[in-house]
Amino acid sequence: MHRDHPTDEFGTPRVTVLSSGRRRALRIGLGGPVGSGKTATVAALCRALRAELSLAVVTNDIYTTEDAEFLLRHAVLPPERITAVETGCCPHTAIRDDISANLEAVEDLEAAVGPLDLVLLESGGDNLTATFSRGLVDAQIFVIDVAGGDKIPRKGGPGVSGSDLLVINKTDLAPLVGADLAVMARDAKAQRGELPTLFCSLVDPDGVAPIAGWVRERLARWRAH
Amino acid sequence: MSGALLLLADGRFPAGGHAHSGGAEAAVKAGLVHDADGLAAFLTGRLHTTGLTAAGLAAAAAGGFDPAGLDEAADARTPSPALRATSRRLGRQLLRAARVCWPDPVLDGLAAAYPGGAHQSVVLGLAARAAALAPADAALAAAHESVNGPATACTRLLGLDPYQVVAVLARLAPELDLVAEAATRAAAEAVRRQDAQPLPAASAPLLDLFAERHNAWKVRLFAS
Repeated sequence: MHRDHPTDEFGTPRVTVLSSGRRRALRIGLGGPVGSGKTATVAALCRALRAELSLAVVTNDIYTTEDAEFLLRHAVLPPERITAVETGCCPHTAIRDDISANLEAVEDLEAAVGPLDLVLLESGGDNLTATFSRGLVDAQIFVIDVAGGDKIPRKGGPGVSGSDLLVINKTDLAPLVGADLAVMARDAKAQRGELPTLFCSLVDPDGVAPIAGWVRERLARWRAH
Repeated sequence: MSGALLLLADGRFPAGGHAHSGGAEAAVKAGLVHDADGLAAFLTGRLHTTGLTAAGLAAAAAGGFDPAGLDEAADARTPSPALRATSRRLGRQLLRAARVCWPDPVLDGLAAAYPGGAHQSVVLGLAARAAALAPADAALAAAHESVNGPATACTRLLGLDPYQVVAVLARLAPELDLVAEAATRAAAEAVRRQDAQPLPAASAPLLDLFAERHNAWKVRLFAS
């Protein structure tokens, strides 16, 4: 899932410039199982980056607008920068097989509050097979947590093995749930090769800093080509 | 027989329909649909009301009726503001996919004229036209869409046996053909007279009411 070139794997140019001539916002998808900390990661990224970047968020809740409301309640961004997309029982369909509602949400945000530097798209909590379409996002982060069991990296799946960044959250819980971080790191390395994996604990004061750093680096590369 | 028609009518065509239940979620919640028989009754009603009306509009669009006039006719046939908004949103999503599949200046013009989306049935008809399909094909696709989406939604909402659900759709198929034929005839008359009046205007008041209530729910699985 490397997205470092302005053409796709078949050499087709990707539309990355808006009709105004300005480069469109970088789109980063966040997927992962229910409760792993996707919304918390989005909230923390917004707090860390909102002073330096023009941000917007699209959430894909499974049956409610709870994730969008969490972000609103915690005032991580002004309400007009957060949109909830409804997914009809199938959160993975809305980010992979039929991305039209999400694309329109991104474009509407760009039109309403743009220009934007970065749009974060959060998928509904789903299983280990859910990944974002390349037609929707430029890079994707897969968020799992140590409390979900230290076997998850070994089990693999497209999110664990192919995401541009694997985040293993809640490292503070590892001793409490008997999760072996060394095993998780070794299995992640075996699944992902050179693709990066970050261990973090979002309850720490600056726990999101490594993820924010990765996002800044992606954005710099996006702007450079 | 046409490959393009099968593609356009396929539930996997990426036009946003998967997130909509066509009123089925509200009907299930109201206790009106809880098994395959209830689903059959619901779909029969939907086919002969919403389905017939959409099929007429789609066939007229495919037959060359002025899109702006048809979009107004669709508004007039959609009393629920929630359903109008849903129809325009789905129209915009369908247009996005159709323009990639069958590039056509008419579709580009429609996108420019209706940035918030034209009605879904009108877009469906124009997409069919761009794909060199006949008005009867557009009517069939619209009628099929009117029951296929809600049936899939009920499979998910009620955990119905998928074989029973698809059998309900199979038993409905001959009726679906008749509805599409009636819509095609009415559309031909409307195109001939350049007047939307002959187009079917069958409405389902309970679906309108359900759509308004569903739109106000905080917790729901489907967008409509």
